[in-house]
Amino acid sequence: MKKLFLNKNTKDTTITLTGVIFVCLIVQLWMSFGSMSSLLKGLMVPLCVYTIMAVSLNLTVGILGELSLGHAGFMCVGAFTGAFFSKCTDGVLPDGIRFLCAILIGAVFATLFGFIIGIPVLRLKGDYLAIVTLAFCEIIKNIVNALYIGRDENGFHFTMKDSLSLGLSEQGEVIINGAQGISGTPNDSSFVIGAVLLVITLFIILNLVNSRSGRAIMAIRDNSIAAESVGLNLTKYKLMAFSISAGLAGVAGVLYAHNLSTLTALPKNFGYNMSINILVFVVLGGIGNIRGSIIATIILTLLPELLRGLNDYRMLMYAVVLIAVMLFNYSEKAKDFKEKLGFMTRKKFHAKEDK
Amino acid sequence: MTSFLSYLINGISLGSVYAIIALGYTMVYGIAKMLNFAHGDVIMVGAYITFLAMTAAGMPPVLAVILSMILCTVLGITIERIAYKPLRNSASNLAVLITAIGVSYFLQNVALLIFGANTKSFSSVVVYEGFQLADGEINVSGVTLVTILACIIIMSVLTWFVNKTKAGQAMRAVSEDKGAAQLMGINVNGTIALTFAIGSGLAAVAGVLLCSAYPSLNPYTGSMPGIKAFVAAVFGGIGSIPGAMIGGILLGVIEILSKAYISSQLSDAIVFAVLIIVLLVKPTGILGKKIQEKV
Amino acid sequence: MALLNVEHLSISFGGLRAVDNFSISIEKGQLYGLIGPNGAGKTTVFNLLTGVYKPNEGHIVLDGQNITGQKTIDINKAGIARTFQNIRLFKDLSVLDNVKVGLHNLYTYSTFTGIFRLPKYRKVEKEMNEKAMELLKVFDLDGEAELLAANLPYGKQRKLEIARALATNPKLLLLDEPAAGMNPNETKELMDTIRFVRDHFDMTILLIEHDMKLVSGICEELTVLNFGKVLCQGKTSEVLNNPEVITAYLGE
Repeated sequence: MKKLFLNKNTKDTTITLTGVIFVCLIVQLWMSFGSMSSLLKGLMVPLCVYTIMAVSLNLTVGILGELSLGHAGFMCVGAFTGAFFSKCTDGVLPDGIRFLCAILIGAVFATLFGFIIGIPVLRLKGDYLAIVTLAFCEIIKNIVNALYIGRDENGFHFTMKDSLSLGLSEQGEVIINGAQGISGTPNDSSFVIGAVLLVITLFIILNLVNSRSGRAIMAIRDNSIAAESVGLNLTKYKLMAFSISAGLAGVAGVLYAHNLSTLTALPKNFGYNMSINILVFVVLGGIGNIRGSIIATIILTLLPELLRGLNDYRMLMYAVVLIAVMLFNYSEKAKDFKEKLGFMTRKKFHAKEDK
Repeated sequence: MTSFLSYLINGISLGSVYAIIALGYTMVYGIAKMLNFAHGDVIMVGAYITFLAMTAAGMPPVLAVILSMILCTVLGITIERIAYKPLRNSASNLAVLITAIGVSYFLQNVALLIFGANTKSFSSVVVYEGFQLADGEINVSGVTLVTILACIIIMSVLTWFVNKTKAGQAMRAVSEDKGAAQLMGINVNGTIALTFAIGSGLAAVAGVLLCSAYPSLNPYTGSMPGIKAFVAAVFGGIGSIPGAMIGGILLGVIEILSKAYISSQLSDAIVFAVLIIVLLVKPTGILGKKIQEKV
Repeated sequence: MALLNVEHLSISFGGLRAVDNFSISIEKGQLYGLIGPNGAGKTTVFNLLTGVYKPNEGHIVLDGQNITGQKTIDINKAGIARTFQNIRLFKDLSVLDNVKVGLHNLYTYSTFTGIFRLPKYRKVEKEMNEKAMELLKVFDLDGEAELLAANLPYGKQRKLEIARALATNPKLLLLDEPAAGMNPNETKELMDTIRFVRDHFDMTILLIEHDMKLVSGICEELTVLNFGKVLCQGKTSEVLNNPEVITAYLGE
C-alpha cells in the first residue's frame, strides 16, 4: 500500500512523457514520409518553443503560485546569449557540440538572470510582482536593442551607442548590432531537437514537482505562513522555482534563436505581448496542470493557422474564442458545466486569496 | 536651463496623459480588483472615433471629442457587462486578466479590420497655437497647455466626485468591502459599471490628447501608453486617485528627461527601472496602503 | 530546568501593549493551558513564541537555548511547532503530502537527486511515506492519505494540522484553539488524542482554548491572560476557582 504512493506520481509522469514522445514520433514520421504542408512544418519548432515556455511558466504561475508577466525576458536572455555563443564559435566547434554548448549557455544565463531578478521580485506579492516582472522583461528587451558587440583581432568590443563607436578594425565583425540584432546564426534547430528539449523540460518539471523541493514549493504557494511554521525556507524555494523556470525559458530562447536567420528583440517576440501569450496558454490549459499547458499551447498555436482561410478575421476569431473559453471555464453560470468537464481545470489559482 | 524647462514642460504634458489613463486603471483596480488590460485599447478606439468624426463627418473638434467620450463610455460599460461581470465571483483573478487580454486583442483586431494597419495622421483637436516664454526659447504649444489643464480639471472633478457625492461614496465603499457595501444597500453592480464608464470616458479624452501631441494613429497606438499608464498607477499606489496623478506625471517627466539627457533608446528601460526601485523601497507604491496578513 | 522559560515578554502595536510583561515556565511533558477572554493577547503570545513577531522586551529560552527574536524557521528547527486558529493547511496537497512537508527538514535529499531520481530519492521517499503514514494512523487519518487536504471534514483538518506540526519533531507543541468549531463528541475525542500525543510522543503541549471542559479536563496548569497581562497562574483547579478569573470572564 505504501508503495502505491511512490508509484502513482511516477506513473503520471511516465504517462505524460510517453504521450509526448509518442506524439512527437508521429509528427516526425509524418514530416519525413507524409505530406505535411510546408506551413505546418515551419510551425513545428516554434510549437516546441512555445510549449517549453508554457510548461516552464506553469512552474512559476501554477506550482509556485506567483503571476509572472516577464517570462519572455528570460527567453530573450537565452536566445541572445545562445546565439552570441554560436556566432562566435561558428566554424570553430563541430555543429552538434556547438549547439549543445549554446543551449547550456542560454540556460545558465537565463537561470542566472532569473536568480538575480528573483531576489528583489519575489519579495513582492500578487499584482505588484506581476508588474515588476513585466518591467524587467521590458528592460531586458530595451537593453538588448541598444547593445552593440563586435569582435576583431584585438578581442571583443562593446558599446551602447551605435555600431560605428565599436571602433572595429577592418577584419572585425559586428556580432550584436543593436536593434538589428544578431544575423547569420547557424540554423541548428530542428523538430527533433525541439522535441528532445521539450521532453527534458517535462522530465525536469514533473520530477521536481513530485520531489521534496516541489512539495515545499507547493506548500509555500498554498500557505506561506504555515510553510514557514514547519521550517521551510521561503526565499530558497521561491528562488529555486523562479530560476528553474527562467532557465528553461532560456532553453526555449536558444531553440528559437537557432531557428531564425536574424534574431531581433521586438515587442512581438520578447516583449510583454509574448509573455502574455504564453500566460494565456497556461491559464487555458489549467493553472498548475502541466499536461493542460501542452494541449492548450498546441491548440492555440495551431488555431490561428487553421483559421488562415478566414484571412483577416483569424486574429479576431482568436480573440473571440479566448473570451468565450474564459467565460465558459470560469463564470458562475458555467460552473456546473465546468465541474462535469473538469478535466482541464483541476487546480485553482490562489496565490492571493488566502482564506 | 531653458532647454531643461521646455523638456520639463513636455514631460509634464506627456505625464498628464499618462495620469488620465492611469486614473482609469486605478479606479477600476480599486473597485473591481482587476487589471483591465483592455484599457489601453479603449484609448485607441477613442482616438479613432474622434478622427472619424472630424475627417469623415466634418464635426468641430469639441463635438467630436464629446461624441468619442460618449461612445467610449458605452463601450466600457458593454465590455464590463459581457466580459468581466460573469467572472466577478470567480475564484481566479487570473481568469479576469486573461479575459481582459482577450478583449484587448478583440478591440485591436476590430480596428485593424475597419481602419487597416496603416498609420493615420491625426490632426490636433487644439486650434490654439500656444505661446512662447523666455524670448521665444521655450515654446508651449496649445496641445501641451490643454493637456495639462485637462488633467488638472479631471483630477479635481474626480476627487470631488469620489469624496463628496453619494455615488462616489458608494464607490469607496465597494472598493473597501464589496460584501458589506451590498448589505448596506449599495448597488454594487451599478457602481462597478459606473466606474468602468468613467474610466472609459477618460480614456477617450486621453486618446485624443495623446494623438494630438503625437499624431500617429494605428490599432496598436494604445498598448504601450496603456502599459506605461498602468505602471504609473502602480508607481503612485494602485487604487489611489492622487497616486495615479503623481505616478503619471513623474513617469512622463522621467521618460522625457531620460530621452533628452541619457538615451532615447533606453528611456523605457529607465522608466521601468525607476518603477522597480520605487516598489522595492515601498512595495505598494508611493501612496499605496500597506496591507499585512494577520496570523 | 523547565523546557520553556519565558520572562518579561512584551510587544506593542502602535502604542497598544498587546502583551505586557508575560512570563511563563513549562516543564517537560506538561500539558499547559493559556486562557483568557477574546482579544486578551493569547494568539499574540503564540506569534511571539514562534517568531512571527519580534518582542520589544523579554526573552524566550527553549531547552536552554535562547531563541528570542529568531526567525520562524529557526525556531521551528529549534523545536517549536504550532497549529493555527484559522486552519492553515496546504489545501491543494494530499493529506499525506501535508505531513511530508512537515518532515521536510528531517528527511533530506537534494533537488538534483529529486529531479534525476537517484537511488537516494527512492530510499528517503520510502522512509518519509512510512513515517508520515505512522503519524496519520495516530490521528486516524491513514484512510484519507490520498485525499486533498481541502476536502477533509473540518474536524479532521484540525487533526491533520496537529499531525503536520508533530512531523517536524518538536519539543514543544503549540495548539491554537484546537477544539474551535467542534461538537462535544469531537471535543471529547480530541481530548483523548491530545493526551495520547503527550504520552506517546513524550510531548510538551501549550494550548489556547475557550472550551472550559477541555481545559479543565486535560490541562495541568493554566495561565490566564487579560488585556495582555498575566492575571493569574497555577494549578488548573486553583486558577479556575480564582474570583479574579471569574470576574474577567463574566464581567462585574
